[in-house]
Amino acid sequence: MAKRIYLDNAATTKVRPEVIDTMVEVLQENYGNPSSTLYSIGKDAKEILENSRHIVADFIGADDKEIYFTACGTESDNWALKGAAFAKMNKGKHIITSKIEHHAILHTCKYLKKFGFETTFVDVDENGVVDVEQLKNSIRPDTILISIMYANNEMGSIQPIKEIAEIAREQNILFHVDAVQALGAVKLDVKALDIDMMSFSAHKLHGPKGIGALYMKKGVRIDNFIHGGAQENKKRAGTESLHNIAGFAKACEINKYEFDKKNNHLKYMRDLLIKELQEKIEDCVLNGHATNRLPNNVNMTFKFIEGESILLWLDMAGVCASTGSACSSGSLSASHVLLAMGVNDEAAHGSIRFTVGEETTEEDIHYVVNEMKIVVEKLRLMSPLYNRH
Amino acid sequence: MNYSEKVMDHFKNPRNVGEIENADGVGEIGNPACGDIMKIFLKINDEQIIENATFLTYGCGSAIASSSMATEMIKGKSIQEAVELSNKAVIDALGGLPKIKEHCSVLAEQAIRAALYDYSKRTGVKIKGLEDFDADEFDKMHDEMHKELDKED
Repeated sequence: MAKRIYLDNAATTKVRPEVIDTMVEVLQENYGNPSSTLYSIGKDAKEILENSRHIVADFIGADDKEIYFTACGTESDNWALKGAAFAKMNKGKHIITSKIEHHAILHTCKYLKKFGFETTFVDVDENGVVDVEQLKNSIRPDTILISIMYANNEMGSIQPIKEIAEIAREQNILFHVDAVQALGAVKLDVKALDIDMMSFSAHKLHGPKGIGALYMKKGVRIDNFIHGGAQENKKRAGTESLHNIAGFAKACEINKYEFDKKNNHLKYMRDLLIKELQEKIEDCVLNGHATNRLPNNVNMTFKFIEGESILLWLDMAGVCASTGSACSSGSLSASHVLLAMGVNDEAAHGSIRFTVGEETTEEDIHYVVNEMKIVVEKLRLMSPLYNRH
Repeated sequence: MNYSEKVMDHFKNPRNVGEIENADGVGEIGNPACGDIMKIFLKINDEQIIENATFLTYGCGSAIASSSMATEMIKGKSIQEAVELSNKAVIDALGGLPKIKEHCSVLAEQAIRAALYDYSKRTGVKIKGLEDFDADEFDKMHDEMHKELDKED
């Protein structure tokens, strides 16, 4: 096996050397506590904190004061939902979200049931796009929060966020967007979108794991998720992970300047992979919207065979990808996202998600397609579902 | 997924893949909902010895390895010995399976029983232990097990 071809960038990305350099420098030189502003080491740390905040805010079109650092996208999601729910519970206890959200949203909604909150999970169409009509019709007098992801992590479909934001604004309901997969992949402008809260995290755009952020529009009031000291304007306690925050900012900075170059490259590789797979392998189906999808995402069902088996063979060939099959996750049912789109169980179990990266080359794509052709044929010959006659 | 060397060997080089034309017994267990389907073909001679056993499996690494190992283990055995093949014996022969994958070995055990039951129905030969075999009942139980394991509360 020559080189490793990493096609699971939706799961996480490789940290850029410039980001690592920034982080190491902060760890070595700026170990001060940003709250200790009475002496120089603390003041320096505080300066780095606020500079980083500014860079991240600028990246999404927000004001500095509207960015709050968290430990991860999941924490941002938890905070947005629980914070809004508990802050607004005297007004109502109904939440609207979609069936294709990340578990950070779905499981939090499930948890909130314990406290009497009711959630409506809106359907998606066969392209994995949220049914806006249904969402509109689900609004009740006691609806206090709408949460819809910007783009789906499994099959990449981009959601009609602006349309939903208008509806939420009209009805005076808080609107939260999980943009963890979208940051760096699409140009985000929170003011233009007119949304109230947005979650995102560093490790999807070549930043470190362990740092995320929540955008909260000025004037939005939600309960704290983490109580304690006065950090993050008393809204998110805990000594700031400065090296991570600086790394996050560096990643945003790099991404801002390389945005077009990177995403054009990703789109080219993505479309090449889709084209080659469809040309070289029979009975494969693209999942998710054909064009309005994330630049890196290829989610394909390979009929008659199962996903984990495919991944085991791909791993032996040096290729990293993921699957919507239950067998590879901890649970025993297939991807809730694919099932919500109307993809049947067999097709969901036979789905593979390839998410290309900035290092992916045309050569890599050809190699992967050739390996897939061999693997798919091998597994189909073993399958009771494949009609060989 | 942490698979033993033996499991990976049976996954990469599965024994007994394929169909048997004019098989004496055919059994199929599982369904697409749980991502596992195993079909077992048996060639049984007049002395009721399993001359050949093959499989077709739609499923994960454990499913393929379990089918491969299970069919290896029953070749040359009597039908009575084959009925007594336990999923535990398959797991042991494979050097262990991750806990969450143990049900794949149960599928293999049941698919073999389904094939033997088919043989006994066709020939009238009675097989001790298979009198009440019901493939549908196993599938239903398998579905229930999936639902149980998925329930989070």
